[in-house]
Amino acid sequence: MRSGRGGSAARLGLMVLPVAFFAVFFAWPVVSIVERGLRPDGAWDLGAIGRTLGRSDILDVLGFTVWQAAASTGLTLVVALPGAYVFARFAFPGKGVLRAVVTVPFVLPTVLVGTAFLALLGRGGFTDELWGLRLDTGVGAILLAHVFFNYAVVVRTVGGLWAQLDPRQEEAARVLGASRWTAWRAVTLPALVPAVSAAALMVFLFTFTSFGVVQILGGDAYTTLEAEIYRQTARLLDLRTAAVLTLTQFVAVGAILAVHARTVRRRETALRLVPPELTARRPRGVGQWALLGGVLASVAVLILLPLGVLVERSFATPEGYGLRYYRALGSLDEAGTFLVPPLEAVGNSLRYAVAATAIAVVIGGLAAAALTRRAGRLVRGFDALLMLPLGVSAVTVGFGFLITLDEPPFDLRASWILVPLAQALVGVPFVVRTMLPVLRAVDQRLREAAAVLGASPWRAWREVDLPLVRRALLIAAGFAFAVSLGEFGATVFIARPDNPTLPVAVARLLGRPGELNYGQAMALSTILMVVCAVSLLLLERLRTDRTTGEF
Amino acid sequence: MLTLEGATVRFGARAVLDAVDLAVAEHEIVCVLGPSGSGKSTLLRAVAGLQALDAGRVLLAGADQAGVPVHRRGVGLMFQDHQLFPQRDVAGNVAFGPRMHGVPKDERAGRVEELLDLVGLPGAGRRAVASLSGGEQQRVALARALAPRPRLLMLDEPLGQLDRGLRERLVVELRALFGRLGTTVLAVTHDQGEAFALADRVVVMRDGRIVRSGTPVEVWQRPGSEFVARFLGFENVVPATVSGAVAETAWGRIPVPEGSAQGERTLLVRPAGVRVGAAGGGLACRVESRTFRGHHVTVVLRPADGPPLEAECAPREVPEEGAEVAVAFRAEDVVVLDGAGQSRS
Repeated sequence: MRSGRGGSAARLGLMVLPVAFFAVFFAWPVVSIVERGLRPDGAWDLGAIGRTLGRSDILDVLGFTVWQAAASTGLTLVVALPGAYVFARFAFPGKGVLRAVVTVPFVLPTVLVGTAFLALLGRGGFTDELWGLRLDTGVGAILLAHVFFNYAVVVRTVGGLWAQLDPRQEEAARVLGASRWTAWRAVTLPALVPAVSAAALMVFLFTFTSFGVVQILGGDAYTTLEAEIYRQTARLLDLRTAAVLTLTQFVAVGAILAVHARTVRRRETALRLVPPELTARRPRGVGQWALLGGVLASVAVLILLPLGVLVERSFATPEGYGLRYYRALGSLDEAGTFLVPPLEAVGNSLRYAVAATAIAVVIGGLAAAALTRRAGRLVRGFDALLMLPLGVSAVTVGFGFLITLDEPPFDLRASWILVPLAQALVGVPFVVRTMLPVLRAVDQRLREAAAVLGASPWRAWREVDLPLVRRALLIAAGFAFAVSLGEFGATVFIARPDNPTLPVAVARLLGRPGELNYGQAMALSTILMVVCAVSLLLLERLRTDRTTGEF
Repeated sequence: MLTLEGATVRFGARAVLDAVDLAVAEHEIVCVLGPSGSGKSTLLRAVAGLQALDAGRVLLAGADQAGVPVHRRGVGLMFQDHQLFPQRDVAGNVAFGPRMHGVPKDERAGRVEELLDLVGLPGAGRRAVASLSGGEQQRVALARALAPRPRLLMLDEPLGQLDRGLRERLVVELRALFGRLGTTVLAVTHDQGEAFALADRVVVMRDGRIVRSGTPVEVWQRPGSEFVARFLGFENVVPATVSGAVAETAWGRIPVPEGSAQGERTLLVRPAGVRVGAAGGGLACRVESRTFRGHHVTVVLRPADGPPLEAECAPREVPEEGAEVAVAFRAEDVVVLDGAGQSRS
């Protein structure tokens, strides 16, 4: 094709920064951890891999990890795909608020989601009180918590694209004699497949590496790889087993990503995208109203109820409802749980999140731009590399930061930037995954039209791609921001005691016994929830302003 | 203004452009005519720099364009399906080119207004692109392409998607407009009517090569080859042996103009030169079908021997379907084409 050499040079230029970022802040820490585990005394001990993986307790962990991830992914798709449809195609009052509502769970710390479901389904919980129903003894609660957690992944990833698919394509199929179902299957479904695959992949990876939820709701009976890595690293200090498990997780995730990349690449096509405002309309007919009602009901039961219980507990002091827990957050307690009042975590979290979002958007945006045009093996490898942080245990990354980034030229251990860097690492895959399908769907001839009119390649990107993907970019930024606010696995290792983030502070409170600590954790969680909701609502507002301002 | 020297583009083993030589003079309107797949769009993309050449050169105003990126070539290209920027309004689309060239804002606004007046859409600047009809989109695309004042304007199937009436009106408007502005134009189309109405010079392409070039009248009167003749819609083409002023064909002996090429040839008989008379004398035919065309009626005749024959008759003189008639040929409407028995594509 045109100026093949110049094009690859430009693409390589775009890739430099992301590659350097991943090398320093991802590859190096992870490799160091693995090295410490498998080469304890300067000699490689690869036999440890076989010995560790042969253990029956580790095999059980592996089996359960895969099973629960697959079950959670399936269940999430079943519950959330109707939601994605409703958000994409229906216009109804309060849609923006509802969108934010379903997104909030995603940004809650996993520990908190576990706690909310324990309060809902566990002993003495909501359903126990009402019907004597307890789900915390089996995997039911874990799966439901995973659905709660990942609902937004499907709605945002699939719904975002679905909203921009031209409905006339389906209408054309209908006129050609396809039934409603056949038209959907033949026209819309193939267009959605990349987004559904991307969403399913994300859900699978999150649940595959989930540990907060599993630890709270699974007890000793159910343990995933990530939880086991955490246990081996933080509690047993058995770096060898942890290194083997990290490698195992790495390989498994790499395999999943490779399969996914192949299937998705084959099906991605240039789509006809239209502004989402043109595709959404009021529901018509009993079926559509019932669908909307069903989605609203599932959101209410699955998402609002646990959050409601959470808020209720934050006010429920032994003396009746009151603000005692909230007031306690503003001061230091005598037990020395914190070096600063817990409320300061709000400022820390926001500051870190802004920095992490900026880093993730720059790195992820550059990477997505480099990946827009399909190309050779090198670029495909780069694509896969970007997804790896999702699969590598956050615990490993956090611990790796501590042992590698403490010497020049990267003596960052004392610097506040360490936390946003780790969080951005987790956020970049979201940015890339969200932007790539939309970037790839931009018609190449629009760029050519801009070039003929005198726009340089960079200018053409800014003038043609950017306005079309601004929406995706904002969604991506929202995701990065949310991920940063909720990130726990890595942050818990590297956040300094005098600068805790909200999830870290919540976990620290939950780790202490007593009704006051529990209540304060609930209160702080509620604040975190509000912070997230407000941020997302602002984002939602920003988005509508821009899109209507176009014409 | 524009010169192509041996321009060649290959997609794999297939040459989409095969050593094309073409020159477009300043203020000239050249129309490249050819069936789809003949390489005409690739020709435009090569001139614009959107498609790299495998061999040959593109020169604009005498300067070799190798290594000059698309946005510095100073040519305009109107895309086949317009490719208006969906996120910008009409004015935003038209102002795009001047903006890229650093034209100051107030001057831009003036130019946008001027161009929208020119293409017959005054005051449409604030309208959304999605709200435009096909004809309006075409006008906006034209205004957008003209706005940066390109030294060469290229049009890819400029009127392809429009309905017939609009097309015929716009083609006249376009020609008048280009004449007024003195624009140098290179257009491609598969529609001969469009090409003949628009162009100073028509270039016919086939399989990546130029097979005929000339003014519309020249090309129409002397298509030169069976391919061009058939592409122009002529069906009365037969192999012939020419000797002197007479050709031997499956339709019998047909008179040819003085000075025609001799020997094994292909013969074109324009329908107007097929004169239908009462049975007896001349080539005996049966009337197979009649198609009313407005000014005349096209009659398809089936001779005893040879391929069917098309004739043009005045509406009053049309024979009945199934009637037996005799046909005579008029030498002025007979053209001897190059070479013998060129296969039909």
